[in-house]
Amino acid sequence: MKAWDAIIIGGGHNGLVNACYLQRAGLDVLVVEKNDWVGGAATSRELTPGFLYSNCSYVCSLFRPEIMRDLDLPRFGLQVISYEGGAVFRRDGDYLANYRDHDAHRREFARFSKRDAEAYDRYSRDVTRQCRFIQPLLMRTAPDPTSLRPRDLGELLYLGKKFAGLSAEEMALTLRFWTMSISEFLDEYFETDVIKANFALSGIIGTALGPMSPGTAYVLLHHYMGEVDGSVGAWGYARGGMGAVTKALAASFKASGGTIRTSAEVDHVLVNRGKAKGVVLAGGEEIYGKLVVSNADVKRTFLKLVEEKELPDIFLRRVKNFKIRGSSGKVNIALDSLPEFPALPKDSPVYRGDMHFTDSIERMERAYDDWKAGRWSADPFLDMVIPTTLDPTMAPPGKHFMSCFVQYAPPKVNGREWTDADRDGFAESVIAQIAEYSPGFRDRIVHMEVRTPREIEAEVGLTEGNIFQGELTFDQLLFNRPVPGYAQYRSPLGGLYMCGSSTHPGGGVMGAPGRNAAAEILRDLAKSTSHMSPAHDVI
Amino acid sequence: MTLFDGIVIGGGHNGLVAAATLAKAGRKVLVLEAAAEPGGAARTEEFAPGFRVSSIAHVLNRLHPDVMKTLELEKHGLQIARADFIPSVALSKDAPPLVLHGAYGEVLTGASSSEQSAWKDLRAQLLRYAGILKPFLSRRPPDLGGMSLLETASLGQTALALKKLGKEDMRDFLRVLLMNVADLLDEQLADDRLKGLLAFDATLGSHLGPRSPTSLLGLYYRLAGEIGGAAGAQLLPRGGMGAVVVAIRTAAEKAGVTIRTSVPVARIIVEKDRAVGVVLDNGEELRARTIVSAINPATTFLDLVGPRGIDTGFMRKVKNIRMKGDAAKLHLALDRPPQFTGADAADHKGRLVIAPSPDHVERAFNPSKYGEFSPEPAMEITLPSLADPSLAPDGACVLSAVVQYAPYQLKEGWNAGKPKFLEAILARLEAYAPGIGKTVRHAELLTPADIEKRYRMPGGHWHHGELQADQMLISRPVSGWSGYDTPLDELFLAGAGSHPGGGVSGAPGLNAARRIIAMKG
Amino acid sequence: MAQATRKKPVATTANAAVSARTLAQTHFRTLRLGTPFQPRLDALAKTQDWYNWAGYRAPHSLWDEELEYFAIRSQAALFDISPMTKYRIEGPDAEAFLDRVTLRDVTKLRPGRVHYTAWCDDEGFVLDDGTLFRLSPTRFRLCSQERHLPWLLDSALGFDVTVEEETEAVAGLALQGPTSFAVLRDAGFTGVEKLKIFDLAEFPHDGGTVIISRTGFTGDLGYELFVPADKALSLWDRLMTAGELRGIRAIGYTALNRARLEAGLIVANADFTTAEHAIRADRLRMPDEIGLGFMIDLEKAHFNGRRAILEARTRRRLRHVLVGLEIEGNIPAEHAIVYYKKSQEVGLVSAAMWSPMAKRNIAIASLARPYGDTVVEDLWVEIYAMRELQYQKLMKRAKVVARPFIKLDRRTANPPADF
Repeated sequence: MKAWDAIIIGGGHNGLVNACYLQRAGLDVLVVEKNDWVGGAATSRELTPGFLYSNCSYVCSLFRPEIMRDLDLPRFGLQVISYEGGAVFRRDGDYLANYRDHDAHRREFARFSKRDAEAYDRYSRDVTRQCRFIQPLLMRTAPDPTSLRPRDLGELLYLGKKFAGLSAEEMALTLRFWTMSISEFLDEYFETDVIKANFALSGIIGTALGPMSPGTAYVLLHHYMGEVDGSVGAWGYARGGMGAVTKALAASFKASGGTIRTSAEVDHVLVNRGKAKGVVLAGGEEIYGKLVVSNADVKRTFLKLVEEKELPDIFLRRVKNFKIRGSSGKVNIALDSLPEFPALPKDSPVYRGDMHFTDSIERMERAYDDWKAGRWSADPFLDMVIPTTLDPTMAPPGKHFMSCFVQYAPPKVNGREWTDADRDGFAESVIAQIAEYSPGFRDRIVHMEVRTPREIEAEVGLTEGNIFQGELTFDQLLFNRPVPGYAQYRSPLGGLYMCGSSTHPGGGVMGAPGRNAAAEILRDLAKSTSHMSPAHDVI
Repeated sequence: MTLFDGIVIGGGHNGLVAAATLAKAGRKVLVLEAAAEPGGAARTEEFAPGFRVSSIAHVLNRLHPDVMKTLELEKHGLQIARADFIPSVALSKDAPPLVLHGAYGEVLTGASSSEQSAWKDLRAQLLRYAGILKPFLSRRPPDLGGMSLLETASLGQTALALKKLGKEDMRDFLRVLLMNVADLLDEQLADDRLKGLLAFDATLGSHLGPRSPTSLLGLYYRLAGEIGGAAGAQLLPRGGMGAVVVAIRTAAEKAGVTIRTSVPVARIIVEKDRAVGVVLDNGEELRARTIVSAINPATTFLDLVGPRGIDTGFMRKVKNIRMKGDAAKLHLALDRPPQFTGADAADHKGRLVIAPSPDHVERAFNPSKYGEFSPEPAMEITLPSLADPSLAPDGACVLSAVVQYAPYQLKEGWNAGKPKFLEAILARLEAYAPGIGKTVRHAELLTPADIEKRYRMPGGHWHHGELQADQMLISRPVSGWSGYDTPLDELFLAGAGSHPGGGVSGAPGLNAARRIIAMKG
Repeated sequence: MAQATRKKPVATTANAAVSARTLAQTHFRTLRLGTPFQPRLDALAKTQDWYNWAGYRAPHSLWDEELEYFAIRSQAALFDISPMTKYRIEGPDAEAFLDRVTLRDVTKLRPGRVHYTAWCDDEGFVLDDGTLFRLSPTRFRLCSQERHLPWLLDSALGFDVTVEEETEAVAGLALQGPTSFAVLRDAGFTGVEKLKIFDLAEFPHDGGTVIISRTGFTGDLGYELFVPADKALSLWDRLMTAGELRGIRAIGYTALNRARLEAGLIVANADFTTAEHAIRADRLRMPDEIGLGFMIDLEKAHFNGRRAILEARTRRRLRHVLVGLEIEGNIPAEHAIVYYKKSQEVGLVSAAMWSPMAKRNIAIASLARPYGDTVVEDLWVEIYAMRELQYQKLMKRAKVVARPFIKLDRRTANPPADF
């Protein structure tokens, strides 16, 4: 019976990145994926004829350019197109737009506050400084602060040096940044509600926190440290939908000789004397591998795919304590024409960017209160994009695909499972909000897919529907991610590794966890990592 | 005219501690207090004829041992005995309460045996972790810009203490450090009453709910405090909190400190970036080599120094200190002692907490974010006259409670909101102590707005600045100036707005005085 | 009926508000604004060589950058300075406020006078430099390259003063060159001859007033004129008509930039990075590090950054120095690296040119102390001159020299020369 060099459980973007790097290092790699397509949460699916849905992740920025280059992804079709704008609609019929042009941006802000317009430069300087501090950490394995191994000490020293390289003022700001709420942070720069809401949204997307929760300033950084071709902080659409990322990865993987099996759900990991030996599929088929890498989240991996008795108590306890509450849902809509927003001029670049209807921090926070109480938000926060305005390949000419990311949606409704009626109620809260700003919107809808945390978990396998495979709070970052003591992609079982977003540096279509895990695996195998680019310089 | 080496502005407990410590080091010190009596928010006052109560702070749980020792407070009348420790009682509407006895629950009663053993583990863990942070209380925060050898060494000690925890414990410490208290409690406990009590304690006095990340720090702060040598212990001082201040005051006066009352300071005189004296409201000018402000940092700089002599960046930071209080203080003059459902006589002498679950505290917190008070507030209640009958007329009873959440900036304004809030509180009390309403002879509710006015605490915030992670240690009161120094030469801060923060600890005052003494060599 | 008449105006107001808003929203269509002088500039812009100056479409050159430079030095050159950021600072405490914000002693700045100044953050790092116009005892105008409204407003705490941004409302022109005085006089600005260097006065214009100051950025005889935006075109026409016989020409920035370098003047975010824009902490500069130490007045009342500046001086923590260089040969050394003993990198040239007036190869450079400060010998610049797709690398000796590189008597002569 064949034994693969490595079996990757799950063909999400991190699993595929990991597989690509291992395959290119000369390993014979198999990816097993439960769905009959690959891509995990980065897919494009034709859910109604002619329309491609980016039905989970929907925009791109965080995906590391080093990985795109190493794996030749552009050759396999990956192209990212930057947004042209964005807006927060106000209830009074006006809106606040974001423009790429610095001066247009300032003049737009000045419509609401001259002071805020001129405060933007200092704000962006301070945020940029923090991003520059964090960015190099993305492509490194987090050190274990309790370890005395030279490598961990070296990494700790690196961290310490980077920190010491900051001025005293920046150090203080860094410490505050990690502990402040985005709302309080913004209060120190801006005075206008809608402008604060405009920035605060990056502090909550994907998290089970409100803008007034300490720690959300860091989440903002998490969304700012990406780039589109060198334009730091920029976001864009992957041409052909987010599936283009994983399609390119799969193609690159296959081109280098890798094997993918779809419709192959793993039932459990084969363990023998504390060592992973392969996987057993749902149908009972056993596949052997010298090592197994799980792209699934840490809870799924160790509470479902591995038997408890194989794991040390303390590890198990920590895995059980891992926080992975889902906080968001999606409503994906096929439209027979471009919706109109009377507030927007027809030629506005905002149509080609991200749109929001939550014009104050308070509305955002109240939406979060609903989540805490176990309800979906009555007045939800939407991050809405129409990628077809920039990427006509996703829908028939003149027709459009719209993606609405919705917060908040709890993993359970009042403590019970979601029902279909709940799902419909959730969808209605979204459609009603859009229709308020876009008369006739309902009539344009051709098809709609609604995904609550229940659907996200069922289809993509993200526990509790958490899109980051684990919450992004300090207790689950860096050397704490996913759990203390196992933040270096390894697990208590020999030959079993983790490569999903549950691991450092966390969620978003970033690819860094998959890459970093590959580096650790190759290190264990004493194989060369010369095919892996180091992190780009931050100068 | 007497010439003073130092003038301390503000005769709150920190001001008195700073003055006494300086005087013991040979300085000639004058304390200027705006009110008729020193003590600030730690006084005992009559709020209804014959009824006296600890004004704001009512539970003594963190008077720093160095302060006790330096000021020899026991000699000056502050006796602390283990027998005085009071329990924390988590009330329940329809069941007997759960009680933490001794020093923060050395013994837990009213809970299942599995909960008791879970609590034993958690308590030990919390005390262990709080112990790591404890040494910071009596030190200047490290100066990140240029650390001295001494500072590096003391940080090294902390690292060593961490290592001593052992690998796994250290890992857990680093994981939970900035966590929210609700999640940690859910991980380890099952009883909602116990979790509610701890969630309440963690968020008491801060604008956080138990689900807010970093809220666990509040519990550490509490447990880093000690009284009578026991971490987490608490007691109701005989004679009210004012008695504690009397002891500190006596120590100060014995050391030669001059205290003047009813002399509000109008401004601090600055010459060439150096503080040289103060001008009183009555126009009197007093000069001294060193000026110590033991009042609020924002008041110090915005009002007394004035922005003209201070740089914009610093002023920005001062203005950005968040200090909008969320805690109200309730004083009830009762015809007779109330009966809280299920609580026994000993419980009634303890700290009675209405916080049925973390979710309840969280729900109480929600409206405060939007400038609304909690319709179902959480509170801690003491009945100080039970142990000290001198506080109330014969047979009558004093109820003193800290109530959350009562946002300083109530949207509808406190004039309109106060009666409604009082009604909500009384309804809550009635639910836990049926019949109490009929025995209320007089009720005094101090909202943060009242506290601000009466005790000159901006925002009515007893920490003089939110005690949250981003306003702690090197960021307290503002980054770059956390070591009691200020941008003005010879002006120092010594109040709760400085590290380590509020509560009747005397630590800021002591640390500031030590800093001043160390600087002069 | 009564109801109908009541309703109507309300509806009109609402519509008017919406259309005003719609109008305000459309700036995304005009990413570069025109200045109030735009119709005249457009008519003269033969090169169509524009650049973005703070969101405005501004000319690099209009017809010939070489000749435009000579218009400054031999005739009168008209340069549109409307995009400069302008703040009106007014109130009983305006003087005290500005004295607290800026480095120089504002109490010594009399009404009707202008001075060049700078302002710093708490750490003593320069936020910007600019010119401060004292229009009356209680009214000032501050002109600068960058925007500072939050800083100014936050600094105003405790002062009885209002700060208003008036960049768009006020148009500005610089009229520079030897015949500039004659142009103004011929344009009918009676009394302009009384203006000494750094004086300002108000003159009637087109039913309103124009403020004329004897200031400029060229080191030459010259004036700056500020006028409400709606009087901009008539002012332009008035000057052009009067200047026809005096050789008046409109010019773009390239020419002005040469003149300013000859005058030894520095430009924010070209010769130093302003503190609110510096992402890298080591790019921050104190006044003493960019040649603005002369502005620091430790005797005056407290000013922002005083403590840090004083500390840096006493603890010798100044790390950089900005110097004028004279470089052998005639190849401009723009952005060349400066070496000590041809090997040790000690700094960077931020601006450089062959000076037609000085007939010298001049530059402004920022050096790491002690180079340029106490060590001024054996300095070299490495020039990478791109010539037909090849770098000609030249190592040239550089000498630290005083700025300005040229000194023109006519700049300060009284009465101003009548050419």
